[in-house]
Amino acid sequence: MTTTTITAGPTDFETKLGMYRSQVALRQFEKRAYDLFLENLVKGTSHLSLGQEAIAAGFATAMKPTDWTYATYRGHAHTLARGVPMTPVLAELLGRSNGLMAGKGGSMHLTSVEHGVMGSYAIIGAHLPIACGAAWSAQYRGTDQVAVCFFGDGSTNIGAFHEALNFAAIWKLPVVFVCENNLWMEYTRTTEVTAVKHPAADRASAYGLESIIVDGNDADAVYDVAVTAIARARAGEGPSMIEAETYRHGGHSRADPGKYRPDSEVAEWLAKDPIPRYRARLLEAGATEEQLAAIEAEVAAEVEQATEEAKAGGIPGEDLLMKDVWADGGSSWRN
Amino acid sequence: MAQLTFREAIARGIAQEMRRDESVVFLGEDIGKAGGVFKGTVGLLDEFGPVRVRDTPISEQAILGAAMGAAMTGLRPIAEIMFADFFAVCWDIVVNEIAKSRYMTNGQMTFPLVIRSGNGGGLRFGAQHSQSVENWAMMIPGLKVVVPSNATDVIGLMAAAIRDPDPVIFLEAKALYATKMDVPDGEIVDTLGTAKVLRNGTDATIVSLGYMVPRALEAANELATVGIDCTVVDVRSLVPLDTQTILREVSATGRLFTVEENPRLCGWGGELSSIVSEEIFYDLDGPIVRITTPHIPLPAADALEDMAIPSVERIVTTITKSMNS
Repeated sequence: MTTTTITAGPTDFETKLGMYRSQVALRQFEKRAYDLFLENLVKGTSHLSLGQEAIAAGFATAMKPTDWTYATYRGHAHTLARGVPMTPVLAELLGRSNGLMAGKGGSMHLTSVEHGVMGSYAIIGAHLPIACGAAWSAQYRGTDQVAVCFFGDGSTNIGAFHEALNFAAIWKLPVVFVCENNLWMEYTRTTEVTAVKHPAADRASAYGLESIIVDGNDADAVYDVAVTAIARARAGEGPSMIEAETYRHGGHSRADPGKYRPDSEVAEWLAKDPIPRYRARLLEAGATEEQLAAIEAEVAAEVEQATEEAKAGGIPGEDLLMKDVWADGGSSWRN
Repeated sequence: MAQLTFREAIARGIAQEMRRDESVVFLGEDIGKAGGVFKGTVGLLDEFGPVRVRDTPISEQAILGAAMGAAMTGLRPIAEIMFADFFAVCWDIVVNEIAKSRYMTNGQMTFPLVIRSGNGGGLRFGAQHSQSVENWAMMIPGLKVVVPSNATDVIGLMAAAIRDPDPVIFLEAKALYATKMDVPDGEIVDTLGTAKVLRNGTDATIVSLGYMVPRALEAANELATVGIDCTVVDVRSLVPLDTQTILREVSATGRLFTVEENPRLCGWGGELSSIVSEEIFYDLDGPIVRITTPHIPLPAADALEDMAIPSVERIVTTITKSMNS
């Protein structure tokens, strides 16, 4: 088993700062999404990535713009990390016509094809085979694109996970599977319902893959494993699976306070919060307090502006209701 | 013109499109080296090679997930689900993923893919390898559903399905695989959403699909000998549904009989009955009658299976009784 301890990260400082900015943006966006949920402006449900930002930021930084992201219903962070602006994402959460999908998808289905965000999937495990298909397409067409597929620890116990791993391995597909192991399935501890300790890494050998575990709260470490796995996929050497250990600061969804988790565990993981950690590292590496404060202020302003623009968005009109079931733009099933 | 079986027509239809379009790829269990468990894909691996014709493990979710991912990134995959009953193990990918994703993403994605599958009974395979699932597929917004009844239609509708920009469920009646007919030479391309009138009559209209089409025709010939002259319509495509042809033909005779292989409840004929009742009620001269497989799992024994699936005899008896009452 490889437990990565390298924390080199991107070699140039600007990229490191960008990765910090990305994490701060994901954090502030998710906090705002939570507030808007409590105000009943975000309807339905919402699954936040608070605490898990380093994984999205680290991978997105290592990906080319032409690579593909496949995310789960906990997908705000992965969508934003690929460069999708905050306003359409927030407006989608609010069900507004200026939303990323004009309100037709909602929080759990964020998609922006032009940014390589090939969908957020809300049926556990379903998108692993779909990511294989995109990777197959890249392989067939001879492009160098790589599909990166994020999923939670709970996904490792569903059939599609195992079908996809085997399929990717036998076809040597350019796909990187990333398990965000936040220790809790929904309200149940994953180890209580899983035959092995490391839900993804301990299964890797069954598919001829290396077991890779990374500190998912360390953006540099995530970036490094991402670079290696993506390069391997691009070179035609096949899939990788990475288990990134992390923790969600909040509950599973909505306003779940996550009270089923012991206080000591929450405290332990809050102490490993990826963002203050990365901030301290940047300061040590020569960033100035003013530099980082400026980034934080910029992000805060961006969140404020996105909130205003999302709230000001229109209510989706009836013209959208019957649109785009079919490629011709319509929904007709008869003549 | 050459004699071709229904099963040979499948390979010919796929080959016709694979020659034309490099983006068409084909995957499924035992489709390559083995030529398909029903020998419907013989020769495709030899002609197009293992990069375009790919054998898969027994992993239906992976097969359809891969087809979906490939379709959203520029390919036109054809995926085989060996028996239509097996849709039950990958129905999530079909219903929640493939069918909904274009709508959910506000049209950002298209899914030009075909899922072909051996459908229905008649081969004594028992309940888990014989179900007629066209009604499952028909009820899902976002899926097109095509069910050919003869070799020429297999080729033309396969071509239309492959060229269509939307996901198409292509159901092949297993009981028809061995049937033969003269098929025109050269390229054949049909149109989805078009029913065909196979026989013109004046007394009643029989609307049928897939395996039931030859039986409906045979029944119509028998009914003619007792003075009941029937129109026979082959629906061919459940979605899109050619209601104009069906409504016209039902209006012309004033009677509608559906012959359906699917189990009774929520069979396609139920939807058709509703459309006819709403739109041409006053053209009807008598009740709409649905002739279907009963609402049971299909039994294996030949005697029992024959009792379950609408037979020529049952079609004739039911229509005669209804027309004379």
